[in-house]
Amino acid sequence: MKFEALCQSGLGSSFMVQMNIQNLLKQENVKEDIQVDHSDIGSATPDQADYFFLDPTLETSAGNLPKDRLIILNSLVDPNELKEKVNAILDKEGIEHS
Amino acid sequence: MNGILNLFVSIVQSPAMLVGLLAVLGLILQKKKATEVIQGGIKTFVGFLVLTGGAGILSNALTPFAKMFKFALHVQGVVPSNEAVVAIALVKYGSVTALIMLVGMIVNILLARFTKFKYIFLTGQAMLYVSCLAAVILVSAGMGSGWQTILLGGLFEGTLLTVTPALCQPFMRKITGGDTVAMGHTGNIGYAIAGWCGKLFGNSKHSTEDIEFPKALGFLRDSTVSITLLMGIVYIVLAIVAGPHFVETKLSAGTNYIIYAFIQAGTFAAGFAVVLQGVRLILAEIVPAFQGIAMKLVPNSKPALDVPIIFPYAPNAVLLGFFVSFLVGTISMFIMVGMHTTVIIPGVVGHFFCGAAAAIYGNAFGGRRGAVIGSAVNGLLISWLPLYILPVLGDLKMAASTFADTDYLIPGILLGKLGSFGSVALTCGIIGFTVVVILVSVLMKSPKQAENK
Repeated sequence: MKFEALCQSGLGSSFMVQMNIQNLLKQENVKEDIQVDHSDIGSATPDQADYFFLDPTLETSAGNLPKDRLIILNSLVDPNELKEKVNAILDKEGIEHS
Repeated sequence: MNGILNLFVSIVQSPAMLVGLLAVLGLILQKKKATEVIQGGIKTFVGFLVLTGGAGILSNALTPFAKMFKFALHVQGVVPSNEAVVAIALVKYGSVTALIMLVGMIVNILLARFTKFKYIFLTGQAMLYVSCLAAVILVSAGMGSGWQTILLGGLFEGTLLTVTPALCQPFMRKITGGDTVAMGHTGNIGYAIAGWCGKLFGNSKHSTEDIEFPKALGFLRDSTVSITLLMGIVYIVLAIVAGPHFVETKLSAGTNYIIYAFIQAGTFAAGFAVVLQGVRLILAEIVPAFQGIAMKLVPNSKPALDVPIIFPYAPNAVLLGFFVSFLVGTISMFIMVGMHTTVIIPGVVGHFFCGAAAAIYGNAFGGRRGAVIGSAVNGLLISWLPLYILPVLGDLKMAASTFADTDYLIPGILLGKLGSFGSVALTCGIIGFTVVVILVSVLMKSPKQAENK
């Protein structure tokens, strides 16, 4: 399983989202190996990850990525929203977490 | 003995080795497993070499640009792009930059720990780029590349990045509706000015978010696409003005001049993408290490984060700001052509991020009028100030690219001007800057939000 956080340059905000996801997975005691990475929206391709995290203003630039694997974060800094959306994926994929 | 000394000096002088070792140090401090330490060290080491490769591609695309510009308009043409100028500068100033960044992180932690400025600056690429700016200016001012430059550069970088988030915080509270995060970007001075302009001249009754705004411009957020398109237009116009004869005999070895120009524009975008990848690899281990250590050492610190975190709060202002800022940049460019000065081409990435953020800040207290005024004022700053930073950048003065955002331009110009009075002035200036920041913190009332908690 691989997650990828995206932003315009793929340097700052996506990296922060990546670190937040990694911390969250640790908190949730996820044992399965989930890779988390970050990239710029321009070079992201559908085969790079199973789920892509991005803010709503970038949705129009993500035309080449499958819609059902895009996770739109309405706030990049809200831990509750991130937790809710990541847990939803874990449940859907049948990955154990606390 | 000499062999060992030479080995040590060689490591310090090869920035790729040096950043790799810094990453290893960070990973060991976090008590990571041996495999993770090796993996992280190697990726950081290779990351620097990727970045250097990207710098080569960018230079290859910028050389014909500079030649066509010179031939067509008889003046120097410059595209401000932080990524491009830093990548090119790191080839020469890499080691000093890496060490300045390390000192800067320590200064940031110390100031955040012991003053009322609780901001931990977590935007890794901005730390790297400001360190590079400090290295270039101090070395060009004749400070050498020894410990004085590293300590002073680090003090400058660390202090600057601790206080610039404070300038933006009153507006951040309004924009995000909370006080948990701060702005950690390199346009902070411009954003604060935009915010104040919005407050003074705007009207908060009409927010940008009430207008129906065409979303069609949204695809320009893909930097590869927008850089290629914009640079394509610039290169092709230059090729037409320089004429097919000049391009095909002097530059393209017979290839059609329009096609050649468009391929060079694409090459610039390609170099940009490679540099981004290099920066990403360099920072992949260093930023989490810094975050982990800083958060542990500084209780109730506030993370200063990269600029797009505010974009979802005002998506209309993002597009409006980009449009206004870019327009101001384009008009400024034509005025410069008329004035026969060096010509600053509006860089699409700089105008996007800084224009968008300036509009959001202007909108915060000044609505749509505030957004337009804020992004226009910021647009003027980033269009004209590059003219004044070029002379203080030493051998980078003639490069076809330069720094793009206000927090490089304004402090960089001031630092460079100090440098022209010699190294004593520089030393006093930088130490004075830090002392002033500490004094302000001592005299400042405790921020309100701390009491509310």
